[in-house]
Amino acid sequence: MRAAVIVFPGSNCDRDLAVAFEAFGGQKPAMVWHKDTELPAGIDIVGVPGGFSHGDYLRCGAIAAQAPITRAVADFAARGGMVLGICNGFQVLTESGILPGALMRNAGIKFVCKPVPLEVVTADSPFTADLEAGSRIEIPVSHHDGNYFADAEVLARLKGENRIAFRYASDINGSMDRIAGVLSENRRVLGMMPHPERAIDPLHGGTDGAAIFSSIMSSLATA
Amino acid sequence: MKATVHVMLKQGVLDPQGEAVRHALGTLGFDGVEGVRQGKIIELDLAGEDRDAAQDQVTRMCEKLLANTVIESYRIEIA
Repeated sequence: MRAAVIVFPGSNCDRDLAVAFEAFGGQKPAMVWHKDTELPAGIDIVGVPGGFSHGDYLRCGAIAAQAPITRAVADFAARGGMVLGICNGFQVLTESGILPGALMRNAGIKFVCKPVPLEVVTADSPFTADLEAGSRIEIPVSHHDGNYFADAEVLARLKGENRIAFRYASDINGSMDRIAGVLSENRRVLGMMPHPERAIDPLHGGTDGAAIFSSIMSSLATA
Repeated sequence: MKATVHVMLKQGVLDPQGEAVRHALGTLGFDGVEGVRQGKIIELDLAGEDRDAAQDQVTRMCEKLLANTVIESYRIEIA
């Protein structure tokens, strides 16, 4: 399994994500700088990490969405490549149109930083196959702009196509339908605000994120 | 030539920052503020004198970067 982790100026979860990919995939991920125009050859999955790319200037993820490497990530996703965007990475994926919707300022204004229970909405994706639909997992969130918004038509499609991956068990940020993570149409791109890479080791205080990384590995092993 | 772009959350999209400002104004004793919506203004200094071309160019800037049209609307003034 060869992973790439994208690094923007202001990314700060890139190393944690690399540690998680290596722990489950056995290989050190390629760290790919935002000014690069191509992904390295032979990449199985691209991680777009959390942080504050470009200082969150203009809108969270807006500048990173225009980076040369983001075009390469969009092409990779269009060819059926797997992409996992976490927190600011999710914002980059929506700003670049790789995933639908937008992430707005939390309805309660405050930055929310705590472990939260999530409902697993679907196990039908390479990211959630090792989980059970309807079950609950606990994953930390750490964001100021995680309030998911989509227009009625997009929301209906996401629901109709079973593309909501995770919901917050209770409302923490005003997200429509308590959405915490969504899948692309081909189910091979996942954007989520919670940080599974911060819940893979008992020393993290929880290991519920491990199932997401193990799902990724099993799907790549059988692909 | 100067272009001014006003970016606002679309009508119907909750503006939590505007709401917080409205509450704060109430706390300060300013009564009767029924709604506050907060947006941003972006000023651009543009080369050239062709207003139509500028309008067209800034519209493309708004669609690509300056506004997120999923949640925001924009208005352009060329002066």
